[in-house]
This record gives sequence, structure tokens and C-alpha cells, in this order.
Amino acid sequence: MNRFERLLTLSFGAVASLAAGAASASEAAGYGGGAAGSGGVSDPAAGWNHLWNEVLIDITVIGVVFGVAALYMLIRYRAKSPTAVGHGPKLKGAAAVAFALVPAAIFMADDFFLSAKGWTLWNIYRRVPPNALEIKVTGHQWYYEFDYGNGVNVVAMPGSDDYLRVPVGRPIVMRMTADDVIHSLSLPHYRVKEDIMPGRMTYIWFLPTEARKDVVTCTMFCGDNHSQMWTNIEAMPPAQFEAWLASQKKQAQGQRAVENKG
Amino acid sequence: MSDTMASSGFNLKEWIFTTDHKRIGILYLIGSIAALAVAGLMALLIRAEQFSPGMQLISNGDTYNKWLYFHGAAMILAFLIPGLTGFLANYVLPLMIGAKDVAFPRINAFSVWLFFAAIIIALLGFVVPDAPDIMWTGYPPYSVKTPGNTAFYVFTVHLLGFSSILGAVNFLVTVIYLRAPGVTWFKLNIFVWTTVAAFVIQLVFIPVLAAAVTMLLFDKYLGTHFFDPAQGGDVLLYQNLFWFYSHPAVYVIFLPAVGVLFEVISTMGKNRVFNYKAAVYAIWGIVAITGEVWVHHLYVAGMPDWIRIGQMVTTLLISVPVGLILLSLWGTLYRASITYNTAMLYAAACLFLLLVGGLTGIPLAMTVVTVHLAATAFVHAHFHFVMGLFAAFCVFTGVYYWFPKMTGRFADGKLATLSFWINMIGVNLTFWPLFIIGVDGMPRRYYDYPQFPQFESYHHLATYGAYITAVGMLGMIVNWVYSAFAGRKAPENPWGSASLEWTHCPSPPGPGNFPEDVVVSEDWSPYEYENRPSGARTATAPAE
Repeated sequence: MNRFERLLTLSFGAVASLAAGAASASEAAGYGGGAAGSGGVSDPAAGWNHLWNEVLIDITVIGVVFGVAALYMLIRYRAKSPTAVGHGPKLKGAAAVAFALVPAAIFMADDFFLSAKGWTLWNIYRRVPPNALEIKVTGHQWYYEFDYGNGVNVVAMPGSDDYLRVPVGRPIVMRMTADDVIHSLSLPHYRVKEDIMPGRMTYIWFLPTEARKDVVTCTMFCGDNHSQMWTNIEAMPPAQFEAWLASQKKQAQGQRAVENKG
Repeated sequence: MSDTMASSGFNLKEWIFTTDHKRIGILYLIGSIAALAVAGLMALLIRAEQFSPGMQLISNGDTYNKWLYFHGAAMILAFLIPGLTGFLANYVLPLMIGAKDVAFPRINAFSVWLFFAAIIIALLGFVVPDAPDIMWTGYPPYSVKTPGNTAFYVFTVHLLGFSSILGAVNFLVTVIYLRAPGVTWFKLNIFVWTTVAAFVIQLVFIPVLAAAVTMLLFDKYLGTHFFDPAQGGDVLLYQNLFWFYSHPAVYVIFLPAVGVLFEVISTMGKNRVFNYKAAVYAIWGIVAITGEVWVHHLYVAGMPDWIRIGQMVTTLLISVPVGLILLSLWGTLYRASITYNTAMLYAAACLFLLLVGGLTGIPLAMTVVTVHLAATAFVHAHFHFVMGLFAAFCVFTGVYYWFPKMTGRFADGKLATLSFWINMIGVNLTFWPLFIIGVDGMPRRYYDYPQFPQFESYHHLATYGAYITAVGMLGMIVNWVYSAFAGRKAPENPWGSASLEWTHCPSPPGPGNFPEDVVVSEDWSPYEYENRPSGARTATAPAE
């Protein structure tokens, strides 16, 4: 084995082992483990916040290392005299290759580490738990419509009291489409969004873990009133939610009866 | 010494019909700075509108959306791309390789005409009743259904596309065939390499964008249904085609911008570029990967899961070539001997802007992180750090650095330094608050945010930052105009550079650039200061 081959083996060996380590670490950290939800279902939003902190540390460390190095050199290597010249190293042969391969291997290891972590959480985001409550969403210019089935249909005009209500402790899956242009249903508190488009169905799921009220908004430019296309989402205790749903059902039946007569 | 600007006097006809790459470069500069000024004015209006929830300046969203459209389209298509691959490539690339002009001077003139025609069409948006209101991305079905005239957008893109393709062919042929004897491939300035890479990207990817916007035109005005799902079209086809060009377009801007930094840091540090060959291979590494990452713009667009994961990996892997380029850039500072002028100040600032912009791209490369951050102020702040701050500051770095070459005068002075610091404070004040509210869910492209009253104070800061930046920019442009006519006279090679544009031709260079044909010796390199070969036309004057 010559020097070049040894270098190559070393670099990519390091990448492979780091990435493997990352993958097993993210398995062990188990985004599923610290679940606050019911029935062993893990909370995607909690996983997101956890991953976000890790990525933030990752990029802050890189940023500080490069930033301090730049600042130090910009001050330290000021010209001593107008005719002074720099004495940067002239890299040749194995040194030049090493200064490319070793950093490349380190960057690559970090990439695979982050990929492994991102993929693990992504799988949680895309696999809808079997007991999820399904709500059908339709986006319009400029409001959302939420269909709970059995004739319960909430037309959520911005700022009105008709908004999205969900029970605490049960996964919610939203099956979504739009009837005019592209919108994007965003639930900032639940760390999730997805575009909703005419002619296609998309889905997201999330897990309300406590009773609270948050904002639902649109994050795909959709015309003049894009900024005002919003409503609320309230996570309610299950009993309260069932009562609300029942009252909505009754109201819907009443309406249908009136329509049938007329 | 012939002085093209002063001795013959100003002649408008000569400027319009010029085929001289230096004059064409200056025409590109004037056009792109004009675009920057108008787009900057739009940015001020946008920030003023976002100052508080509710409507500040407008009576309906339509007006605001037109500002957004113009700001985005003009900054990217009419300021950054022409500023870097039009102005800088035109002015300095032929000089760097020792060529008398570009390979096809008349095609070059035609390119700049197309550029001005595109600017005029874009500006017409302000006088016709229904200007485009479709953002610079123009996604259907909105861009087809809107009463706004999407055609202005389409024709602007067409003209700029033709202009760039002609420029690309021209400069690739120039670098391949017109290098002076002795200027071999691995002695080229890094700026030449980055520009060549940028033009290869333009040549490969622009036709895809042209096809996408043409289909948009047909859908809107001729009743075709490429993007209408109700008629069997595909609602996502446009977004895929658009970003298949427009992500590589980021590197059309990023690469020459980094190239400028290498030139300035090497010259002002009198130091060789660290691991030159690694930087060159890394540039081509970016070109190789850039076509496989567009889906990160569609992470929440309902694309199949496997491609969202696949392109997360390719997107993250871009950090490998970019990291190697950064390492060469940082390494060039190592054991340098740095003299500070305004260009070097801007270059130093660019290193930090690049770090912030680049590193905030890492979470956005991760599909699952972007599921929350997509289309928030975090994304907005990230790409403004890369494009609006880093790349724009690189253009300013280039203007200050090559100002003595273009005009024979210095643009350095108190106003230059003062406006630099005002700009630096202003842009950071504008965009750091947006990172914070972005993570908390503030969406982009909003003029009103009744649902997020808690973000108001952050918007106040950002708006004040924009006002401060406006003052700095105005100071900078006033300084350039003043210095071009009345600045301190500069010698031929004021920075003591080893690069051909400084060592072998007068400032400004006359027609044909070089008084004698350029031939360089075997030990010549544009970055060699320690063992400098003889043969430069003039002795170098120490920088002040």
C-alpha cells in the first residue's frame, strides 16, 4: 500500500465509522423513547425540537471555529511593512491530497450523521399511527375548511369562532387538498406543514399533548389576502371535544332536515 | 497612454454600439446598479409595510405583492447575475487571461442590449395597469389565474436567458482559445475558474427554465393545460422545472462571488491561494452536484418520500465542495501579509456573512427540519445572508478592488469606510431578528400578521436595519460616482497584485487591452509573491 492509498483508506474508513456511529446513536437516542403521547405513539414535534437543538449545536460549533479562525488571522497577519509578502504553505503531492481528503471526510461524516438523524425522525413524521383521527382539509382563497365526517364541516373564516378543534392525546391526520391555487397548511406549534394543491392529496399528522390554542396559517403565496389566511387550532380534553363534535353533528342534522323540507 | 474615458470625451453612440468588453462590462455595471437601486427601494417599502400588523402603506395586498415580485426578480435576475457574470466577468476575465477582447465581441454587445431590453420590460410593470404579482418564482396555478400580466415576467426571463446563454458561449470560447501563451489551465485565476463553472451551469440549465416559463405563457394566454390538474396537467411540473434551473442559479451567483474574494484576499494578503488545485476541483464538484438537489425547494410540496430523503443527502453533501473552497479561502489568510483597503474590508465581512448564510442552510437541507421552517422568515433570512448580503457584498468588493483599473482613480476614502460600516450594521440588524421569529413560525411574504402580534418588535428592528442599510448604500453609490470623476489618481498597480490585469496593462486599459502581446514565463502565477518572476510591465507601487 503506498502513502496515497493509506490516506484514502483512512479518510473513508473514518467516514464510514462515524456515520455508522451516528446511525446507532440516533437509534439509541430513540425519538420514540421520550414520547409524551398515548399508546407508545411518539410526538413528532418533541422529536423536532430535540433535533433542532442538536443541529443548532452542530452549526454553532462549526461557525465559531471558522469565525474565530478568520478573525484571528485577519488581525494577526496584518502587513508589517508595505513590501512584506505572505508565506503561505506551498502544498505538494500527498500534503495537498491530505488537506483535501481529510477535511472532505470530516464534512462528509457530519453530513451522514445529520442525514441519519434526519431520516430517523422523518420516518416518524410520515408513518401515521393506526388510531389517528382523520380530518379532511380543503384550502380556498382565503380560508380553510375542515371536514370531520358525518356532515360536520367547519368553515374557518379568519378570526372567527369556527376553527379547528382536536382532542388531546390522540394522533390527528389531516388529508388535504385545495380547490383553486396552491396553499400550505402550517401548524407552527406542532412543527409541521405541507402544501395543499388542486388535483392532489397530501397528508400530515401530529399529536396534541396538552390543552392549548395556537395558530393555523398559510405559508404558500396564494394571492391578495395570503397574509390573512389563518385560523386557530384548539387542543381540547377528549370529553370536551366529544361534546363539541356531538353538538356540531346535531346542528348538521338539523340543517339537513331543514334543507330536506324546503 | 491612451485613456479611453477621458481623452476622447463622452460619446453616447460609441457607448451604445461598443464591442469593447470593458465598456460592455461598465454598461452591465450601470444596469445592475440601477436594478439594485429600484429593487432596494422596493425592499424599503416592504419593510415599512411589515413594521406593524395591519396595513401601513397599502390599501390592498395586490400592491405589496407587486413590490415583492419586482424586488425578488430584479435582485436575482437583474442585479446579482448580471453584476457578477455580466459586469465582473466582462471587465476582468479577458484581462486576467491576457486576451485582447472576448472571442465574439459583437455577440457580447448583443448580450448587453438584451439585458437592457429585459430591464425595460421589467420596469414597464410600473406603468401598465396589471403588473405581475407572482413573486419571482411564478408558481401556477396562481400565476395563470391572476389578473396580473404574467407575460412581463416570462419575457423578462426569456431575454435575460438568451443574454446569459450568449454570454456563456462567448466566455467559454474565450477562456478555451484566447489565453495568452504560458497562461495554462492550472495557472488561471480562481475567479476565471468560478466564472467558467458559472457559465457551464447557465448553458446546461437555462433552457429548462425557458421551457417552464414558456409553458406558463401558453397556459395563461393560449389556453393550454400543462399545469392544470382539472384538464390532465400537473400542478407540480412547473416547480420541478423552475428549481431544476433556479437552484443551480444560486451557484451561478455564489461561485463568481467567491472568486472575487480569492482575488482580493490573495492580492491584499500578498499570499498564494491555499491548496489551489483542491479549490478548483471543489468548484467542479459543485457543478457536478448542483443538478441533483432541487427537491430541497419542494420539501413540503408533497413529493414522494424517497426523493425527499435522497435529495436531503445530496443537498448536505454540497457542504463537502463548499467546505473545501472555504478551507482554501481561510488558508489564504494563513501567514499572509494583509494590507487593508475598502475592498479588503468588504472581503473580510463577506467571510462572516458566508458563514452565517452557509451554516443556516444546513438545517434547511434536512427534510424533516424544513417541514417546520419552509416558507418562514428563517428561510428568508438564510437566503438573504447568502444572496442579498454575501453575494451583493462580493459585487461591492469587486467594484472597490477593480475601481482603479476601470477609472484610473481610487474609490477608497472616508465615505467608503463609513458607508461600509453602516451597511454592515444595517444588514445584520435587518436579518438576525428574522431568524428568530422564523423558528417561531413567522411566514414569509406577509404584509400583515394579526395572528402573530408577538413578532411586532422584531419587525421593528428589521425595518430600522433596512433604513440604516439604505443610508449606507446611498453613501456607497455617491462615493463611486464622485470618485469616478474626482477621486485620487491611482497608479497602474496600486495594490501590488501579481495578476495580469494589474501587471501588464494601464489603468484604464485602452482598446486591445495590452500595449504588447502578453507572454508569461513558466514560473509565473497570478498568486506568486514570494519568488516573483520578472517581466511585469511596471514596478509595483506599494498600496496605501
